[in-house]
Amino acid sequence: MLMMSKEHLKLSRMSIEFPAPTGAFKALEDVDITINKGEFISLIGHSGCGKSTVLNIIAGLYKATNGGVILDGREVNSPGSDRAVVFQNHSLLPWLSAFENVELAVKQVFKGKKSRSEMKEWVEHNLELVHMKHAMHKRPAEISGGMKQRVGIARALSMEPEVLLMDEPFGALDALTRAHMQDSLIEIQAELNNTVVMVTHDVDEAVLLSDRIIMMTNGPAATIGEVLDVNLARPRNRVELADNAEYSHLRAQVLKFLYQRQYKSGDS
Amino acid sequence: MMQDKVKIEQQVMRSVSLVKIHEFFSVMMVKLGVPLIATIIFMGLWSATAAQIETSLGTVPGPVKVWEQAQVLYQEHRSERGKEAGFYERQEKRNSERLLVDPDYEAKIRAYTGKPTFVDQIITSIVTVLTGFLIAAVIAIPIGIVSGLNSTVYSAINPLIQTFKPVSPLAWLPIVTMVVSAVYVSDDPMFSKSFVNSAITVTLCTLWPIIINTTVGVSSVDKDLVNVSRVLQLSWLTHVVKIVLPSSVPMIFAGLRVSLGIGWMVLIAAEMLAQNPGLGKFVWDEFQNGSSDSMARIMVAVVVIGLIGFALDRVMLMLQRLVSWDKSAVLR
Repeated sequence: MLMMSKEHLKLSRMSIEFPAPTGAFKALEDVDITINKGEFISLIGHSGCGKSTVLNIIAGLYKATNGGVILDGREVNSPGSDRAVVFQNHSLLPWLSAFENVELAVKQVFKGKKSRSEMKEWVEHNLELVHMKHAMHKRPAEISGGMKQRVGIARALSMEPEVLLMDEPFGALDALTRAHMQDSLIEIQAELNNTVVMVTHDVDEAVLLSDRIIMMTNGPAATIGEVLDVNLARPRNRVELADNAEYSHLRAQVLKFLYQRQYKSGDS
Repeated sequence: MMQDKVKIEQQVMRSVSLVKIHEFFSVMMVKLGVPLIATIIFMGLWSATAAQIETSLGTVPGPVKVWEQAQVLYQEHRSERGKEAGFYERQEKRNSERLLVDPDYEAKIRAYTGKPTFVDQIITSIVTVLTGFLIAAVIAIPIGIVSGLNSTVYSAINPLIQTFKPVSPLAWLPIVTMVVSAVYVSDDPMFSKSFVNSAITVTLCTLWPIIINTTVGVSSVDKDLVNVSRVLQLSWLTHVVKIVLPSSVPMIFAGLRVSLGIGWMVLIAAEMLAQNPGLGKFVWDEFQNGSSDSMARIMVAVVVIGLIGFALDRVMLMLQRLVSWDKSAVLR
């Protein structure tokens, strides 16, 4: 608690190059931002701008060529259970049930810290949190896309991470399911107050969920274009916000950034 | 009105059950009828063609003659077993009579030394191929897992695999024979040398497809699942057991099935060449024998070899169903 809300997660002048046939390809350049504890951050930008790369560097799956990630005063450059990831396409192990998928993470993180029955309870608690307890013995193939993503979130939450990283978590879901999942996430966030970094390409999602929106410029050598503070009162309700002038203003600002300043012709 | 309704309902029910019966028959037709008809056509063609071909041992046998010889071979086996039982009975009787006369007499028990029958040769071949194949699987699967996970190991062993894979078993055979007779020296060997030779030859030829398929299966594990494993910081062993093995089961089994098929073909050839006991030797002996029944007897062996190869593949398929996590996957 000494750190309090100061400099919880710092991305320090991060850049990354990937080897390519025509020499090194610079994907990110000088990404620099400090994230506070309990803050919900969205990374938004056109596809290919490297927003997922930022997330993967924080997760430790990629290594920054220059600069790096500092979490609670320590540099992190390999994966760790303090940074849980919710992947875009759920990435559950298809041969394990929902329960076993979460259990795999719990066993890994709480080995020697929780007893067998405590672990079981903790797995069930996290599945309860995402409203998946009723189907916890089903395999991924037997449940819907939204339910799979819920289990993916439960798996990440069960690790009690310092930072929750979400890579377009609802990108593959239909609009109604997505709205439902966002509401669930708001609910969970109100209860746990995690530090979250979420990659998205959905403007409404970014404004609805975030405390701050980081807008990325187009690649190559993408970087932070603008940072937008979202000071809408919580708890937020999507229906009430639809008529809110502040909400519309914020939304317009993100749209302007994406489609006027960073317009990409032929972007799909 | 009510009665009409009931009537209509009954009619609908009847037509529904008619549709079901129709469906049942069309499924049966595809599953049983079509293969049956195809087999009958094949038999007809065989029998018509065979009658046209004259050889120094008479006409090529048709299905009827082959079936007769199959029964003869089984009868020979039965009578040989009868002789064997008789031999042991007489031996025991003799020994007990000697013991009555002379209580200090130490009974000598001699093993029956009749010639192996067709059925004996079948059993020998199956045991040999399974032994060689099991040795190969035990060696190849771990190698495949390691080389699939580690690209350095892969580049180290890949040239060796690619070189040895296309080598014919018959090229290995002389070397195996020489090495086994030099190394496998024992006064009371548990296995006969011919058995060891054949089994090792099978191993040497079945190793490669298993290694290659396992490597491919292991290295093509979904990248997202590998990332999950990295985020969770799973240990090497947990990673292999929980993620790598379940997702590469189909590829590993594809390799096992291919190589068991190869192993079975290799074994028959090796037995023919090396005169090691088994179905290959049976074929060769019949060929050398050159009686008027020989061709029909060889043909029996050909059919049996085919049926056993088919059965071995089905057994592997059942094993795959047993260990595979995805019970709904269609396996062929």
